[in-house]
Amino acid sequence: MAFAVWKACMRSQVKELSIIVRSPSVLHKCITKRYIEFKFFPEKPLEEDETTSMNLCQAINNALYTTLINDSTAIVFGEDVAFGGVFRCTLDLQKRFGKDRVFNTPICEQGIVGFGIGCAVAGSTAVAEIQFADYIYPAFDQLVNEAAKYRYRSGNEFDCGKLTVRAPWGAVGHGSLYHSQSPESFFTHAAGLKIVIPRSPFKAKGLLLACIQDKDPCIFFEPKVLYRAAVEDVPVREYTLPLGKADILVTGDAVTLIAWGTQVHILIEVADMVKDQLKVQCEVIDLVTVNPWDMETVCNSVKKTGRAVVAHEAPLTGGFASEIAAVIQEECFLHLEAPVQRVTGFDTPFPHVFEPFYLPDKWRCFDAIKKTLAY
Amino acid sequence: MVLGKCRGLVNNIRARIGMIRRQICSVGTSSVNLKPNVDMPLFPGPQSQWTERLELIHPLSYNRIPIYRVMDREGCVLNPDEPQLEKDFVEKMYRTMILLNTMDTILYESQRQGRISFYMTSFGEEATLIGSAGAIASNDLVYAQYRETGVLMWRGFSVDQCINQCFGNCEDKGKGRQMPLHYGSKSHNFVTISSPLTTQLPQAVGSAYAYKLAKNGQCVITYFGEGAASEGDAHAAFNFASTLKCPVIFFCRNNGYAISTPTHEQYGGDGIAGHGPSYGITTIRVDGNDALAVYNATKVSREYVLAENRPVLIEAMTYRLGHHSTSDDSTAYRSVDEVKQRDSLDSPILRLRRYLEMKGWWNDSKECSWKEETRKNVLKSLARAEKVLKPEWKEMFRDVYYDMPSQLVKQMKFMEAHIEQYRDKYPVDKYMNPV
Ligand SMILES: Cc1ncc(C[n+]2csc(CCOP(=O)(O)OP(=O)(O)O)c2C)c(N)n1
Repeated sequence: MAFAVWKACMRSQVKELSIIVRSPSVLHKCITKRYIEFKFFPEKPLEEDETTSMNLCQAINNALYTTLINDSTAIVFGEDVAFGGVFRCTLDLQKRFGKDRVFNTPICEQGIVGFGIGCAVAGSTAVAEIQFADYIYPAFDQLVNEAAKYRYRSGNEFDCGKLTVRAPWGAVGHGSLYHSQSPESFFTHAAGLKIVIPRSPFKAKGLLLACIQDKDPCIFFEPKVLYRAAVEDVPVREYTLPLGKADILVTGDAVTLIAWGTQVHILIEVADMVKDQLKVQCEVIDLVTVNPWDMETVCNSVKKTGRAVVAHEAPLTGGFASEIAAVIQEECFLHLEAPVQRVTGFDTPFPHVFEPFYLPDKWRCFDAIKKTLAY
Repeated sequence: MVLGKCRGLVNNIRARIGMIRRQICSVGTSSVNLKPNVDMPLFPGPQSQWTERLELIHPLSYNRIPIYRVMDREGCVLNPDEPQLEKDFVEKMYRTMILLNTMDTILYESQRQGRISFYMTSFGEEATLIGSAGAIASNDLVYAQYRETGVLMWRGFSVDQCINQCFGNCEDKGKGRQMPLHYGSKSHNFVTISSPLTTQLPQAVGSAYAYKLAKNGQCVITYFGEGAASEGDAHAAFNFASTLKCPVIFFCRNNGYAISTPTHEQYGGDGIAGHGPSYGITTIRVDGNDALAVYNATKVSREYVLAENRPVLIEAMTYRLGHHSTSDDSTAYRSVDEVKQRDSLDSPILRLRRYLEMKGWWNDSKECSWKEETRKNVLKSLARAEKVLKPEWKEMFRDVYYDMPSQLVKQMKFMEAHIEQYRDKYPVDKYMNPV
């Protein structure tokens, strides 16, 4: 497609989207949804970029739109995606690209992922949606035994690198056991998969496009509490952000804080609290890609600060913080001034009315940092 | 000629479907022209009619799906559908069946002698495999379970290639990573086999969907056993193929057993074919020991899936004459007599041989020389493959991802240093040198 035509299409889609933006004024404001409480910290776009304000849904939608318009083999499918998706991430895509390329499947997660693998094996760019990360387990076998091992077991004769599985992820304030889960660590144990979790609309667009174009099967978890709450300026153009690369969002020398998804925003806020109250500067790192993860950035930071706190919503035992903590002690042993702290969900199912007591909120993170500093 | 017949059959099916659709539409609802006082069911589910008769539908109130055959056990054609194949073609079918049988016998024995770690034979299912393989195009994509070596052989995957894979030597396309028999070859359009049962079914459906969009004129065939059909992935695949209208042939080998489990412990309905219509899938049950019937059924199915962009389910009835695998002694759950009786009464190889002989295309001397030639070739391949070095041990770390992540590079370097130090503790001489 001629570049000018393509650009015009992109602009008009972005314009359509901008109508859905509810209140750009929520930027910088404290967002409270039931009991879940955090501030969203938007990115500053590059000066030269033409941008438009988007929430996370719109950024995802825009990435899918970009894919469908640029790649004629690309298809988008899952439960209820045709009418726009239960979170509106696929809004208007079927209208624009037709029923062959954007379509509903029967309600069957193992089918969705198996089907997606097959599409990818035969050369289609397959973007599958699992309606909630909590419902990805019926597809666990297809993801872990099949998608992850396709290239390896065939000696590179076949692969399903063109598969991306998207799923809404994480706590939402009232999601209880089956609309709140963070299952990333189940998948980090399966070599061959890439697990990516964005913290913002800007990151979501660039990372989703990177996952879709990557030569390995990717699972892209979308923090659903940010779908509408997170709004920021996102470049109109197509861009990708690197997988496997962590972001240092706040630089500091006292303690390294590591998280991904929504939890990143909590740590940024906590770093502010620590600065105010304890007069020291934390370094905040968004891991971005949970596997294969950026050990270098994390370990270099810890070597500098001598202290580390890892926070995630998922339960403690077997959570990915354990892996990070183990690597830190292995790589940074002589630099460590205190044991690595893990601030996580508890080893229980995700509860309904007790959610405020369950989550690793800013107070628990703050306290962990205080203890680490006092060690 | 054959193609003409297939087209005729496809048109026939189309005409019948058209008629049935019209009937359904005339009873069913259509939200557009609903008249308020017309007494017809308005439910959005399956379109049907009212009944005032209280009646439970019993599975036996349906006729069981019949078993299509072309020739009887003596190789005599009973049916006007005789595919009229060229001499060379039928001879190739027969020769491939013998070749597969010979390789199976020798590799089975070589496992018993500890030369390869594992093996699975296709005894009794040769006609199922060769009959279907002959009826699809060589660029149709195949997804197999594991007992489909014959399909790959038909496409020209050599005995050498099979045996290289079984040894996992450096000439194996799979780089020695999987168990024996987990073949795969891009150039033969045969997707690499994996052990988890039935996972290939929804994948085959996805590939068929991609082919449909690519409009490349190719279809997908996927093979599976009747045991595998009990997995959730089979349900997923049937339903997706039907609703998403995919040109895929589901080919079920119903050989009576899944390891030790007989079919009456596997399902309670009318076999696997019985599932087809309930998913809206065009279905046929065929005598899997009749290579010509399997050929016809697959040929017409291929025409149908490509013309209609819809799936077909073929259930080929057969019998697993061999043990499940080299890890199984089937006399623990079925009698030797049962197997002997089945072998003597209904041999798929013998049946095709009789057909060939009746045509005057085969005789004892051809039989002897082909058997001798294949035996020699297989033994030669075996001796050769056994001596070939295994791939370099670093292949263990490659192809996990497209690019090797830094932690994996680190693990590989660790192993390199370790082997350096403990060289005599590892069988390094049997592997290619790291480059
Ligand atoms: C998901 C899964 N469960 C169990 C097994 C172990 N297993 C291997 S083969 C087999 C029986 C399959 O029987 P069937 O599908 O009828 O094929 P046949 O061996 O008769 O050709 C079983 C249970 C497996 N490989 N994968």
